[in-house]
Amino acid sequence: MTYDLKGLTLAERILSVRSGRRVKAGDLVVVPVDQVMVVDSIAPSVIRLLKEELAGEIRYPERVSFVIDHVAPAANVEVATTQKQVREFAREHQINLFDVGRGICHQVLIEERLAQPGWVVVGSDSHSTIYGAVGAFGTGMGATDIALAVASGRTWFRVPETVRILFKGSRPAGVTAKDIALEVVRVLTADGATYASIEYHGTETFSLSERMTLANLAVEAGAKVGLVPTVGEALGAYEVPDWLAVDEASYETTVEIDLSGLRPSLSVPFFVDNVHPVENHLGVPVDQVFVGTCTNGRLDDLRAVAAILEGRRVAERTRLLIIPASSTVLEQAVADGTVATLLAAGAVFGTPGCGPCMGRHMGVLAPGEVCVSTSNRNFMGRMGSPEAKIFLASPEVAAASALAGAIALPETPSFGGDR
Amino acid sequence: MSECLQRIWRFGDSINTDDILPGKYAPFMVGETEFQRYAFAHLRPEFAADVRPGDILVGGRNWGLGSSREYAPQALKKLGIGAIIAKSFARIHYRNLLNLGIPAFEAPELVELLQDGDNVRYEWAEGIVHRGAESFSLPKPPLFLHEVLAEGSVLAYYKKYKKFPGEGRLS
Ligand code: SF4
Repeated sequence: MTYDLKGLTLAERILSVRSGRRVKAGDLVVVPVDQVMVVDSIAPSVIRLLKEELAGEIRYPERVSFVIDHVAPAANVEVATTQKQVREFAREHQINLFDVGRGICHQVLIEERLAQPGWVVVGSDSHSTIYGAVGAFGTGMGATDIALAVASGRTWFRVPETVRILFKGSRPAGVTAKDIALEVVRVLTADGATYASIEYHGTETFSLSERMTLANLAVEAGAKVGLVPTVGEALGAYEVPDWLAVDEASYETTVEIDLSGLRPSLSVPFFVDNVHPVENHLGVPVDQVFVGTCTNGRLDDLRAVAAILEGRRVAERTRLLIIPASSTVLEQAVADGTVATLLAAGAVFGTPGCGPCMGRHMGVLAPGEVCVSTSNRNFMGRMGSPEAKIFLASPEVAAASALAGAIALPETPSFGGDR
Repeated sequence: MSECLQRIWRFGDSINTDDILPGKYAPFMVGETEFQRYAFAHLRPEFAADVRPGDILVGGRNWGLGSSREYAPQALKKLGIGAIIAKSFARIHYRNLLNLGIPAFEAPELVELLQDGDNVRYEWAEGIVHRGAESFSLPKPPLFLHEVLAEGSVLAYYKKYKKFPGEGRLS
Protein backbone atom coordinates (compact mmCIF):
# COMPACT_ATOMS: atom_id res chain seq x y z
CA MET A 1 0.00 0.00 0.00
CA THR A 2 1.53 3.27 -1.09
CA TYR A 3 -0.79 5.43 0.92
CA ASP A 4 -1.35 5.86 4.63
CA LEU A 5 -4.61 4.91 6.33
CA LYS A 6 -3.73 6.44 9.68
CA GLY A 7 -6.49 8.45 11.27
CA LEU A 8 -9.17 7.33 8.81
CA THR A 9 -12.68 6.19 9.73
CA LEU A 10 -13.96 2.77 8.62
CA ALA A 11 -15.83 4.28 5.68
CA GLU A 12 -12.74 6.25 4.60
CA ARG A 13 -10.59 3.15 4.98
CA ILE A 14 -12.77 0.96 2.80
CA LEU A 15 -13.16 3.60 0.10
CA SER A 16 -9.43 4.38 0.20
CA VAL A 17 -8.42 0.77 -0.26
CA ARG A 18 -11.05 0.18 -2.93
CA SER A 19 -10.06 3.29 -4.89
CA GLY A 20 -6.33 2.82 -4.35
CA ARG A 21 -5.54 6.20 -2.77
CA ARG A 22 -6.08 7.91 0.59
CA VAL A 23 -9.50 9.56 0.56
CA LYS A 24 -11.26 11.64 3.21
CA ALA A 25 -14.83 12.67 3.90
CA GLY A 26 -16.07 14.91 1.10
CA ASP A 27 -13.92 13.36 -1.65
CA LEU A 28 -15.53 11.73 -4.63
CA VAL A 29 -14.45 8.22 -5.52
CA VAL A 30 -15.21 5.58 -8.11
CA VAL A 31 -14.82 2.09 -6.68
CA PRO A 32 -15.31 -1.48 -7.84
CA VAL A 33 -18.43 -3.05 -6.38
CA ASP A 34 -17.93 -6.46 -4.81
CA GLN A 35 -21.61 -7.36 -4.84
CA VAL A 36 -24.78 -5.84 -6.30
CA MET A 37 -28.04 -7.04 -4.77
CA VAL A 38 -31.31 -6.59 -6.64
CA VAL A 39 -34.70 -7.49 -5.17
CA ASP A 40 -37.66 -8.87 -7.11
CA SER A 41 -39.66 -5.63 -7.18
CA ILE A 42 -36.82 -3.48 -8.59
CA ALA A 43 -35.24 -6.12 -10.87
CA PRO A 44 -37.64 -5.44 -13.78
CA SER A 45 -36.58 -1.72 -13.95
CA VAL A 46 -32.93 -2.70 -13.69
CA ILE A 47 -33.31 -5.29 -16.45
CA ARG A 48 -35.06 -2.72 -18.65
CA LEU A 49 -32.23 -0.20 -18.12
CA LEU A 50 -29.62 -2.86 -18.84
CA LYS A 51 -31.33 -3.92 -22.04
CA GLU A 52 -32.47 -0.56 -23.39
CA GLU A 53 -29.80 1.84 -22.17
CA LEU A 54 -26.69 -0.16 -21.42
CA ALA A 55 -26.50 -2.53 -24.38
CA GLY A 56 -26.89 -5.54 -22.12
CA GLU A 57 -23.50 -4.97 -20.49
CA ILE A 58 -22.97 -6.99 -17.30
CA ARG A 59 -19.38 -6.69 -16.20
CA TYR A 60 -19.24 -9.34 -13.49
CA PRO A 61 -22.39 -11.50 -13.41
CA GLU A 62 -20.93 -13.47 -10.49
CA ARG A 63 -21.00 -10.27 -8.44
CA VAL A 64 -24.73 -9.77 -9.02
CA SER A 65 -27.48 -11.40 -6.96
CA PHE A 66 -31.20 -11.34 -7.65
CA VAL A 67 -33.37 -12.25 -4.68
CA ILE A 68 -37.06 -13.05 -4.98
CA ASP A 69 -38.20 -12.10 -1.50
CA HIS A 70 -40.45 -9.05 -1.38
CA VAL A 71 -43.53 -10.75 -2.83
CA ALA A 72 -42.66 -14.43 -2.56
CA PRO A 73 -44.39 -16.67 -3.46
CA ALA A 74 -46.03 -14.45 -6.08
CA ALA A 75 -49.31 -12.90 -4.95
CA ASN A 76 -50.95 -12.52 -8.37
CA VAL A 77 -50.47 -13.14 -12.08
CA GLU A 78 -48.78 -9.80 -12.67
CA VAL A 79 -46.13 -10.42 -10.02
CA ALA A 80 -45.70 -14.03 -11.19
CA THR A 81 -45.08 -12.81 -14.73
CA THR A 82 -42.39 -10.31 -13.72
CA GLN A 83 -40.74 -12.88 -11.48
CA LYS A 84 -40.65 -15.30 -14.38
CA GLN A 85 -38.80 -12.66 -16.44
CA VAL A 86 -36.39 -12.01 -13.60
CA ARG A 87 -35.59 -15.74 -13.31
CA GLU A 88 -35.09 -16.10 -17.05
CA PHE A 89 -32.79 -13.07 -17.19
CA ALA A 90 -30.74 -14.36 -14.24
CA ARG A 91 -30.30 -17.79 -15.83
CA GLU A 92 -29.46 -16.36 -19.22
CA HIS A 93 -26.73 -14.14 -17.75
CA GLN A 94 -25.39 -16.46 -15.00
CA ILE A 95 -26.49 -14.07 -12.29
CA ASN A 96 -26.89 -15.55 -8.79
CA LEU A 97 -30.58 -16.23 -8.25
CA PHE A 98 -32.10 -16.80 -4.84
CA ASP A 99 -35.64 -17.86 -5.55
CA VAL A 100 -38.87 -18.01 -3.54
CA GLY A 101 -38.36 -19.26 0.00
CA ARG A 102 -34.60 -18.86 0.24
CA GLY A 103 -35.20 -15.77 2.34
CA ILE A 104 -34.84 -12.02 2.70
CA CYS A 105 -32.19 -10.46 0.43
CA HIS A 106 -30.00 -9.13 3.24
CA GLN A 107 -30.12 -12.28 5.34
CA VAL A 108 -29.34 -14.43 2.30
CA LEU A 109 -26.37 -12.34 1.17
CA ILE A 110 -24.80 -12.52 4.61
CA GLU A 111 -25.46 -16.27 4.95
CA GLU A 112 -24.00 -16.87 1.49
CA ARG A 113 -20.92 -14.78 2.39
CA LEU A 114 -21.70 -12.42 -0.46
CA ALA A 115 -20.90 -9.56 1.91
CA GLN A 116 -17.49 -9.63 3.57
CA PRO A 117 -15.35 -7.35 5.72
CA GLY A 118 -13.93 -4.49 3.64
CA TRP A 119 -16.21 -5.10 0.65
CA VAL A 120 -18.41 -2.59 -1.13
CA VAL A 121 -21.96 -3.94 -1.44
CA VAL A 122 -24.80 -1.99 -3.03
CA GLY A 123 -28.45 -3.03 -2.99
CA SER A 124 -31.70 -1.88 -4.53
CA ASP A 125 -33.13 -1.67 -1.02
CA SER A 126 -32.58 1.07 1.52
CA HIS A 127 -31.79 -1.35 4.35
CA SER A 128 -28.59 -2.41 2.58
CA THR A 129 -26.80 -0.59 5.40
CA ILE A 130 -27.08 -3.99 7.13
CA TYR A 131 -23.86 -5.21 5.43
CA GLY A 132 -21.98 -2.96 7.84
CA ALA A 133 -22.61 -5.74 10.37
CA VAL A 134 -19.76 -7.69 8.75
CA GLY A 135 -17.64 -4.60 8.11
CA ALA A 136 -18.78 -4.09 4.50
CA PHE A 137 -19.58 -0.67 3.05
CA GLY A 138 -23.25 -1.44 2.31
CA THR A 139 -25.74 1.06 0.96
CA GLY A 140 -29.07 1.32 -0.88
CA MET A 141 -29.56 2.98 -4.26
CA GLY A 142 -32.18 3.75 -6.92
CA ALA A 143 -32.69 1.72 -10.10
CA THR A 144 -30.33 3.73 -12.36
CA ASP A 145 -27.42 3.51 -9.91
CA ILE A 146 -28.00 -0.21 -9.51
CA ALA A 147 -28.17 -0.78 -13.26
CA LEU A 148 -24.93 1.18 -13.74
CA ALA A 149 -23.25 -0.88 -11.02
CA VAL A 150 -24.37 -4.12 -12.68
CA ALA A 151 -23.19 -2.93 -16.10
CA SER A 152 -19.85 -1.41 -15.11
CA GLY A 153 -18.95 -3.36 -11.96
CA ARG A 154 -18.30 0.01 -10.32
CA THR A 155 -20.07 2.91 -8.67
CA TRP A 156 -19.27 6.39 -7.40
CA PHE A 157 -19.54 7.74 -3.87
CA ARG A 158 -18.98 10.91 -1.97
CA VAL A 159 -16.91 9.71 0.99
CA PRO A 160 -19.18 10.18 4.03
CA GLU A 161 -18.47 11.98 7.28
CA THR A 162 -18.75 9.69 10.27
CA VAL A 163 -20.96 9.86 13.34
CA ARG A 164 -19.40 7.71 16.03
CA ILE A 165 -21.80 6.05 18.43
CA LEU A 166 -20.06 4.99 21.59
CA PHE A 167 -21.92 2.52 23.78
CA LYS A 168 -21.01 2.66 27.47
CA GLY A 169 -22.13 0.60 30.43
CA SER A 170 -23.80 -2.78 30.34
CA ARG A 171 -27.31 -3.39 29.20
CA PRO A 172 -29.95 -4.34 31.74
CA ALA A 173 -31.74 -7.69 31.38
CA GLY A 174 -34.45 -7.44 28.75
CA VAL A 175 -32.77 -4.69 26.74
CA THR A 176 -32.03 -6.13 23.30
CA ALA A 177 -30.10 -5.03 20.23
CA LYS A 178 -33.43 -3.80 18.83
CA ASP A 179 -33.92 -1.46 21.79
CA ILE A 180 -30.36 -0.21 21.33
CA ALA A 181 -30.84 0.28 17.58
CA LEU A 182 -34.08 2.22 18.22
CA GLU A 183 -32.32 4.36 20.83
CA VAL A 184 -29.69 5.32 18.25
CA VAL A 185 -32.43 6.41 15.83
CA ARG A 186 -34.23 8.31 18.60
CA VAL A 187 -31.08 10.16 19.61
CA LEU A 188 -29.94 10.96 16.05
CA THR A 189 -33.49 11.54 14.67
CA ALA A 190 -34.71 10.56 11.19
CA ASP A 191 -32.28 12.87 9.35
CA GLY A 192 -29.56 13.15 11.97
CA ALA A 193 -27.10 11.03 10.03
CA THR A 194 -28.04 11.98 6.45
CA TYR A 195 -25.13 11.22 4.05
CA ALA A 196 -23.07 10.06 6.99
CA SER A 197 -21.55 6.80 8.08
CA ILE A 198 -22.55 5.63 11.54
CA GLU A 199 -19.81 3.71 13.35
CA TYR A 200 -21.01 1.68 16.30
CA HIS A 201 -18.30 1.41 18.95
CA GLY A 202 -18.50 -0.53 22.19
CA THR A 203 -19.99 -3.48 20.30
CA GLU A 204 -17.20 -6.03 20.82
CA THR A 205 -19.53 -8.46 22.60
CA PHE A 206 -22.42 -8.09 20.15
CA SER A 207 -23.36 -11.22 18.18
CA LEU A 208 -23.54 -11.16 14.37
CA SER A 209 -27.33 -11.13 14.52
CA GLU A 210 -27.29 -8.17 16.92
CA ARG A 211 -24.85 -6.30 14.70
CA MET A 212 -27.21 -6.89 11.79
CA THR A 213 -30.11 -5.39 13.76
CA LEU A 214 -28.02 -2.30 14.55
CA ALA A 215 -26.71 -1.72 11.03
CA ASN A 216 -30.13 -2.45 9.51
CA LEU A 217 -31.66 0.53 11.32
CA ALA A 218 -28.83 2.95 10.40
CA VAL A 219 -30.82 4.08 7.37
CA GLU A 220 -33.71 5.13 9.63
CA ALA A 221 -31.43 7.96 10.81
CA GLY A 222 -30.73 8.80 7.14
CA ALA A 223 -27.27 7.19 7.09
CA LYS A 224 -25.46 6.06 3.97
CA VAL A 225 -23.74 3.21 5.82
CA GLY A 226 -23.82 1.76 9.33
CA LEU A 227 -20.49 0.14 10.15
CA VAL A 228 -19.80 -2.09 13.12
CA PRO A 229 -16.05 -2.43 13.80
CA THR A 230 -14.93 -5.97 12.99
CA VAL A 231 -13.74 -6.62 16.52
CA GLY A 232 -15.01 -9.52 18.62
CA GLU A 233 -15.83 -13.20 18.35
CA ALA A 234 -18.85 -12.64 16.15
CA LEU A 235 -16.64 -12.17 13.11
CA GLY A 236 -14.55 -15.27 13.87
CA ALA A 237 -15.61 -17.03 10.70
CA TYR A 238 -14.58 -14.14 8.47
CA GLU A 239 -11.24 -13.09 7.12
CA VAL A 240 -10.82 -9.55 8.37
CA PRO A 241 -8.16 -7.54 6.52
CA ASP A 242 -5.62 -5.83 8.79
CA TRP A 243 -6.31 -2.45 7.25
CA LEU A 244 -9.86 -2.55 8.59
CA ALA A 245 -8.73 -2.07 12.19
CA VAL A 246 -9.64 1.40 13.43
CA ASP A 247 -7.12 3.65 15.13
CA GLU A 248 -7.70 7.24 16.28
CA ALA A 249 -9.86 8.57 13.51
CA SER A 250 -11.30 12.04 13.18
CA TYR A 251 -15.01 11.81 13.68
CA GLU A 252 -17.49 14.48 12.73
CA THR A 253 -19.41 13.82 15.96
CA THR A 254 -19.36 11.34 18.80
CA VAL A 255 -22.57 10.42 20.60
CA GLU A 256 -22.29 8.44 23.82
CA ILE A 257 -25.14 6.17 24.76
CA ASP A 258 -25.23 4.68 28.25
CA LEU A 259 -26.70 1.22 27.79
CA SER A 260 -27.36 0.78 31.49
CA GLY A 261 -30.01 3.50 31.28
CA LEU A 262 -32.03 1.82 28.49
CA ARG A 263 -35.39 0.08 28.82
CA PRO A 264 -37.36 -2.10 26.41
CA SER A 265 -38.75 0.33 23.85
CA LEU A 266 -41.36 0.78 21.18
CA SER A 267 -41.24 2.86 18.06
CA VAL A 268 -44.69 4.42 18.04
CA PRO A 269 -46.66 5.26 14.84
CA PHE A 270 -45.97 6.80 12.42
CA PHE A 271 -42.24 7.51 12.61
CA VAL A 272 -39.33 5.26 13.45
CA ASP A 273 -37.59 7.91 15.57
CA ASN A 274 -40.70 8.26 17.76
CA VAL A 275 -39.29 5.91 20.40
CA HIS A 276 -40.79 5.49 23.89
CA PRO A 277 -40.51 3.03 26.78
CA VAL A 278 -42.91 0.08 26.49
CA GLU A 279 -44.40 1.12 29.87
CA ASN A 280 -46.04 4.16 28.25
CA HIS A 281 -48.23 1.96 26.05
CA LEU A 282 -48.96 -1.09 28.20
CA GLY A 283 -52.39 -2.60 27.64
CA VAL A 284 -53.04 -1.32 24.11
CA PRO A 285 -55.01 -4.21 22.50
CA VAL A 286 -53.07 -5.99 19.75
CA ASP A 287 -54.62 -7.73 16.71
CA GLN A 288 -51.47 -9.07 15.10
CA VAL A 289 -47.94 -9.77 16.23
CA PHE A 290 -45.42 -10.13 13.42
CA VAL A 291 -42.04 -11.69 14.14
CA GLY A 292 -39.69 -11.62 11.17
CA THR A 293 -37.88 -9.32 8.66
CA CYS A 294 -34.25 -8.47 8.07
CA THR A 295 -34.27 -6.65 11.41
CA ASN A 296 -35.37 -9.48 13.73
CA GLY A 297 -36.24 -12.70 11.90
CA ARG A 298 -33.18 -14.75 12.79
CA LEU A 299 -32.70 -17.88 14.88
CA ASP A 300 -31.89 -15.99 18.10
CA ASP A 301 -35.03 -13.90 17.61
CA LEU A 302 -37.23 -16.97 17.12
CA ARG A 303 -35.64 -18.63 20.13
CA ALA A 304 -36.27 -15.57 22.29
CA VAL A 305 -39.94 -15.69 21.32
CA ALA A 306 -40.10 -19.47 21.97
CA ALA A 307 -38.52 -19.04 25.41
CA ILE A 308 -41.36 -16.72 26.41
CA LEU A 309 -44.15 -18.74 24.78
CA GLU A 310 -42.97 -22.21 25.86
CA GLY A 311 -45.88 -24.18 27.30
CA ARG A 312 -48.30 -21.29 26.85
CA ARG A 313 -50.84 -20.07 24.31
CA VAL A 314 -51.13 -16.85 22.36
CA ALA A 315 -54.14 -14.70 23.42
CA GLU A 316 -57.34 -15.54 21.61
CA ARG A 317 -57.79 -12.07 20.12
CA THR A 318 -54.27 -11.97 18.67
CA ARG A 319 -52.71 -13.58 15.58
CA LEU A 320 -49.05 -14.45 15.91
CA LEU A 321 -47.39 -14.53 12.51
CA ILE A 322 -43.80 -15.72 12.27
CA ILE A 323 -41.74 -15.52 9.08
CA PRO A 324 -38.15 -16.74 9.41
CA ALA A 325 -35.64 -14.52 7.63
CA SER A 326 -34.29 -17.40 5.54
CA SER A 327 -34.63 -21.08 4.75
CA THR A 328 -31.50 -21.68 6.84
CA VAL A 329 -33.08 -20.00 9.85
CA LEU A 330 -36.22 -22.10 9.33
CA GLU A 331 -34.24 -25.35 9.08
CA GLN A 332 -32.30 -24.56 12.23
CA ALA A 333 -35.43 -23.57 14.11
CA VAL A 334 -37.07 -26.85 13.08
CA ALA A 335 -34.00 -28.87 14.08
CA ASP A 336 -33.70 -27.40 17.56
CA GLY A 337 -37.41 -27.61 18.39
CA THR A 338 -38.07 -23.85 18.29
CA VAL A 339 -40.67 -24.20 15.56
CA ALA A 340 -42.52 -26.97 17.47
CA THR A 341 -42.64 -24.79 20.58
CA LEU A 342 -43.97 -21.85 18.59
CA LEU A 343 -46.57 -23.95 16.76
CA ALA A 344 -47.77 -25.38 20.06
CA ALA A 345 -48.21 -21.83 21.32
CA GLY A 346 -50.44 -21.01 18.36
CA ALA A 347 -48.03 -19.32 15.96
CA VAL A 348 -48.69 -19.27 12.23
CA PHE A 349 -45.70 -19.56 9.87
CA GLY A 350 -45.08 -17.98 6.47
CA THR A 351 -42.56 -18.69 3.71
CA PRO A 352 -39.13 -17.16 4.47
CA GLY A 353 -39.05 -13.70 2.88
CA CYS A 354 -40.27 -10.19 3.64
CA GLY A 355 -43.88 -11.19 4.32
CA PRO A 356 -46.17 -8.26 5.20
CA CYS A 357 -43.27 -5.92 6.10
CA MET A 358 -44.16 -3.55 3.24
CA GLY A 359 -47.83 -4.40 3.13
CA ARG A 360 -48.25 -6.32 -0.08
CA HIS A 361 -49.32 -9.77 1.07
CA MET A 362 -49.25 -12.47 3.78
CA GLY A 363 -50.60 -10.56 6.75
CA VAL A 364 -51.59 -7.02 5.78
CA LEU A 365 -53.52 -4.97 8.32
CA ALA A 366 -57.16 -3.83 8.25
CA PRO A 367 -58.28 -0.31 9.21
CA GLY A 368 -58.15 0.17 12.97
CA GLU A 369 -55.90 -2.83 13.59
CA VAL A 370 -52.86 -2.69 15.82
CA CYS A 371 -49.72 -4.68 15.07
CA VAL A 372 -46.65 -5.19 17.20
CA SER A 373 -43.89 -5.92 14.70
CA THR A 374 -40.20 -6.75 14.93
CA SER A 375 -39.60 -4.92 11.62
CA ASN A 376 -38.02 -1.53 10.93
CA ARG A 377 -40.66 0.85 9.57
CA ASN A 378 -43.96 1.99 11.05
CA PHE A 379 -44.90 4.61 8.44
CA MET A 380 -48.57 5.22 7.79
CA GLY A 381 -49.92 2.43 5.58
CA ARG A 382 -46.64 0.51 5.54
CA MET A 383 -48.29 -2.84 6.34
CA GLY A 384 -51.63 -2.26 4.67
CA SER A 385 -54.36 0.14 5.75
CA PRO A 386 -53.25 3.73 6.50
CA GLU A 387 -55.61 3.48 9.45
CA ALA A 388 -53.70 0.61 11.02
CA LYS A 389 -51.01 1.19 13.63
CA ILE A 390 -47.61 -0.48 13.77
CA PHE A 391 -45.53 -0.51 16.95
CA LEU A 392 -41.94 -1.62 16.37
CA ALA A 393 -40.46 -3.73 19.15
CA SER A 394 -38.00 -6.43 20.09
CA PRO A 395 -38.97 -10.11 19.64
CA GLU A 396 -39.28 -10.36 23.44
CA VAL A 397 -41.83 -7.56 23.68
CA ALA A 398 -43.61 -8.96 20.62
CA ALA A 399 -43.88 -12.38 22.31
CA ALA A 400 -45.12 -10.92 25.59
CA SER A 401 -47.70 -8.88 23.70
CA ALA A 402 -48.89 -11.96 21.79
CA LEU A 403 -49.43 -13.78 25.09
CA ALA A 404 -51.24 -10.87 26.70
CA GLY A 405 -53.23 -9.83 23.60
CA ALA A 406 -52.06 -6.32 24.39
CA ILE A 407 -48.79 -4.43 24.50
CA ALA A 408 -46.88 -6.01 27.37
CA LEU A 409 -43.44 -6.47 28.87
CA PRO A 410 -42.04 -9.95 29.31
CA GLU A 411 -42.24 -10.97 32.96
CA THR A 412 -39.06 -11.67 34.84
CA PRO A 413 -37.20 -13.97 34.98
CA SER A 414 -37.91 -15.18 31.41
CA PHE A 415 -37.64 -11.49 30.52
CA GLY A 416 -34.15 -10.97 29.22
CA GLY A 417 -31.23 -13.00 30.34
CA ASP A 418 -28.46 -14.13 28.07
CA ARG A 419 -28.92 -13.88 24.35
CA MET B 1 -26.99 29.56 -20.53
CA SER B 2 -29.74 31.94 -21.67
CA GLU B 3 -30.05 35.50 -20.43
CA CYS B 4 -33.76 35.31 -19.66
CA LEU B 5 -34.95 35.39 -16.07
CA GLN B 6 -35.87 32.30 -14.09
CA ARG B 7 -38.44 32.14 -11.36
CA ILE B 8 -37.73 30.95 -7.82
CA TRP B 9 -40.21 28.47 -6.38
CA ARG B 10 -39.69 28.35 -2.64
CA PHE B 11 -40.68 25.35 -0.50
CA GLY B 12 -40.23 24.50 3.18
CA ASP B 13 -38.42 21.80 5.15
CA SER B 14 -38.79 18.02 4.71
CA ILE B 15 -40.24 18.02 1.20
CA ASN B 16 -40.67 14.28 0.66
CA THR B 17 -40.91 12.25 -2.52
CA ASP B 18 -44.66 11.97 -2.03
CA ASP B 19 -44.90 15.78 -2.05
CA ILE B 20 -42.82 15.99 -5.23
CA LEU B 21 -44.90 13.36 -6.97
CA PRO B 22 -47.70 11.63 -5.03
CA GLY B 23 -47.58 7.84 -5.45
CA LYS B 24 -51.02 7.72 -7.05
CA TYR B 25 -49.67 9.78 -9.96
CA ALA B 26 -46.74 7.45 -10.62
CA PRO B 27 -45.99 6.83 -14.31
CA PHE B 28 -47.51 3.36 -14.15
CA MET B 29 -50.72 4.88 -12.80
CA VAL B 30 -51.22 7.88 -15.10
CA GLY B 31 -48.89 7.16 -18.01
CA GLU B 32 -45.31 7.97 -18.97
CA THR B 33 -46.29 11.15 -20.81
CA GLU B 34 -48.62 12.56 -18.18
CA PHE B 35 -47.14 12.06 -14.73
CA GLN B 36 -45.07 15.26 -14.57
CA ARG B 37 -48.32 17.26 -14.64
CA TYR B 38 -48.90 16.10 -11.07
CA ALA B 39 -45.64 17.39 -9.60
CA PHE B 40 -46.47 18.99 -6.24
CA ALA B 41 -50.16 18.29 -6.96
CA HIS B 42 -51.05 18.37 -3.28
CA LEU B 43 -48.67 21.03 -2.04
CA ARG B 44 -48.88 23.57 -4.89
CA PRO B 45 -51.50 22.56 -7.42
CA GLU B 46 -50.65 25.49 -9.74
CA PHE B 47 -46.98 24.48 -9.96
CA ALA B 48 -46.92 22.07 -12.88
CA ALA B 49 -48.95 24.38 -15.13
CA ASP B 50 -47.05 27.56 -14.24
CA VAL B 51 -43.46 26.37 -13.98
CA ARG B 52 -41.19 27.27 -16.89
CA PRO B 53 -38.08 25.48 -18.11
CA GLY B 54 -35.03 26.70 -16.20
CA ASP B 55 -36.97 27.72 -13.08
CA ILE B 56 -35.26 27.03 -9.77
CA LEU B 57 -36.69 25.20 -6.77
CA VAL B 58 -35.56 26.31 -3.34
CA GLY B 59 -36.15 24.11 -0.32
CA GLY B 60 -35.32 23.72 3.34
CA ARG B 61 -33.87 20.80 5.25
CA ASN B 62 -33.86 17.18 4.08
CA TRP B 63 -35.23 17.80 0.57
CA GLY B 64 -36.39 14.54 -1.01
CA LEU B 65 -36.68 12.31 2.03
CA GLY B 66 -38.76 9.15 1.80
CA SER B 67 -38.80 6.55 -0.90
CA SER B 68 -36.12 6.00 -3.53
CA ARG B 69 -38.66 6.49 -6.36
CA GLU B 70 -36.75 7.86 -9.31
CA TYR B 71 -39.92 9.02 -11.02
CA ALA B 72 -40.31 11.92 -8.57
CA PRO B 73 -37.20 13.81 -9.78
CA GLN B 74 -37.96 12.47 -13.28
CA ALA B 75 -41.16 14.54 -13.22
CA LEU B 76 -39.13 17.68 -12.36
CA LYS B 77 -36.70 16.87 -15.14
CA LYS B 78 -39.55 16.57 -17.63
CA LEU B 79 -40.75 20.01 -16.53
CA GLY B 80 -37.27 21.35 -17.26
CA ILE B 81 -36.32 22.44 -13.73
CA GLY B 82 -33.01 24.32 -13.92
CA ALA B 83 -31.69 23.54 -10.46
CA ILE B 84 -32.65 22.77 -6.89
CA ILE B 85 -31.08 24.75 -4.05
CA ALA B 86 -31.78 23.43 -0.56
CA LYS B 87 -30.47 23.57 2.99
CA SER B 88 -29.84 19.82 2.76
CA PHE B 89 -30.85 16.82 0.65
CA ALA B 90 -31.86 13.28 1.54
CA ARG B 91 -29.21 10.91 0.28
CA ILE B 92 -30.86 8.48 -2.14
CA HIS B 93 -32.86 11.33 -3.68
CA TYR B 94 -29.69 13.40 -4.16
CA ARG B 95 -28.15 10.57 -6.16
CA ASN B 96 -31.30 10.24 -8.20
CA LEU B 97 -31.04 13.97 -9.04
CA LEU B 98 -27.46 13.52 -10.18
CA ASN B 99 -28.35 10.46 -12.18
CA LEU B 100 -30.98 12.45 -13.99
CA GLY B 101 -28.69 15.46 -14.43
CA ILE B 102 -30.64 17.96 -12.30
CA PRO B 103 -28.17 20.41 -10.67
CA ALA B 104 -28.59 20.27 -6.90
CA PHE B 105 -26.88 22.72 -4.55
CA GLU B 106 -26.67 22.62 -0.80
CA ALA B 107 -26.56 26.31 0.15
CA PRO B 108 -28.35 27.07 3.43
CA GLU B 109 -27.46 30.79 3.47
CA LEU B 110 -28.72 31.31 -0.05
CA VAL B 111 -31.97 29.54 0.78
CA GLU B 112 -32.62 32.21 3.42
CA LEU B 113 -32.04 35.01 0.91
CA LEU B 114 -34.15 33.82 -2.00
CA GLN B 115 -37.89 34.48 -1.95
CA ASP B 116 -40.74 32.79 -3.72
CA GLY B 117 -41.45 34.57 -7.00
CA ASP B 118 -37.99 36.17 -7.25
CA ASN B 119 -36.71 36.46 -10.78
CA VAL B 120 -33.08 35.54 -11.14
CA ARG B 121 -30.47 34.80 -13.72
CA TYR B 122 -28.50 31.70 -13.07
CA GLU B 123 -25.19 30.39 -14.39
CA TRP B 124 -24.42 27.04 -12.92
CA ALA B 125 -21.06 26.71 -14.59
CA GLU B 126 -19.89 29.93 -12.93
CA GLY B 127 -21.88 29.12 -9.80
CA ILE B 128 -23.59 32.50 -9.62
CA VAL B 129 -27.21 33.51 -9.13
CA HIS B 130 -28.03 37.13 -10.07
CA ARG B 131 -31.08 38.93 -8.68
CA GLY B 132 -31.23 42.47 -10.06
CA ALA B 133 -27.97 44.12 -9.06
CA GLU B 134 -27.21 41.49 -6.40
CA SER B 135 -25.30 38.34 -7.04
CA PHE B 136 -24.90 35.27 -4.87
CA SER B 137 -22.35 32.53 -5.31
CA LEU B 138 -23.29 28.91 -5.12
CA PRO B 139 -21.00 26.34 -3.58
CA LYS B 140 -18.70 25.28 -6.38
CA PRO B 141 -20.07 22.11 -7.94
CA PRO B 142 -17.39 19.45 -8.11
CA LEU B 143 -15.85 18.82 -11.50
CA PHE B 144 -17.71 15.54 -11.39
CA LEU B 145 -21.04 17.36 -11.45
CA HIS B 146 -19.93 19.63 -14.30
CA GLU B 147 -19.15 16.60 -16.38
CA VAL B 148 -22.44 14.94 -15.51
CA LEU B 149 -24.40 18.03 -16.44
CA ALA B 150 -22.51 18.49 -19.69
CA GLU B 151 -23.72 15.06 -20.81
CA GLY B 152 -27.18 15.27 -19.25
CA SER B 153 -26.92 12.50 -16.66
CA VAL B 154 -24.61 9.92 -15.14
CA LEU B 155 -26.25 7.31 -17.34
CA ALA B 156 -25.66 9.37 -20.49
CA TYR B 157 -22.06 10.01 -19.46
CA TYR B 158 -21.41 6.34 -18.85
CA LYS B 159 -23.01 5.34 -22.15
CA LYS B 160 -20.76 7.74 -24.03
CA TYR B 161 -17.43 7.21 -22.26
CA LYS B 162 -17.85 3.76 -20.65
CA LYS B 163 -16.59 5.23 -17.42
CA PHE B 164 -17.85 7.45 -14.62
CA PRO B 165 -17.19 11.18 -14.57
CA GLY B 166 -13.79 11.87 -13.02
CA GLU B 167 -12.75 8.23 -13.23
CA GLY B 168 -9.09 7.88 -14.10
CA ARG B 169 -8.41 11.46 -13.10
CA LEU B 170 -9.54 10.74 -9.54
CA SER B 171 -6.95 8.11 -8.82
S1 SF4 C 1 -37.89 -7.52 5.43
FE1 SF4 C 1 -38.84 -5.50 5.15
S2 SF4 C 1 -37.22 -4.02 5.49
FE2 SF4 C 1 -36.24 -6.03 5.19
S3 SF4 C 1 -35.77 -6.11 3.00
FE3 SF4 C 1 -37.78 -7.03 3.26
S4 SF4 C 1 -39.27 -5.37 2.94
FE4 SF4 C 1 -37.23 -4.43 3.29
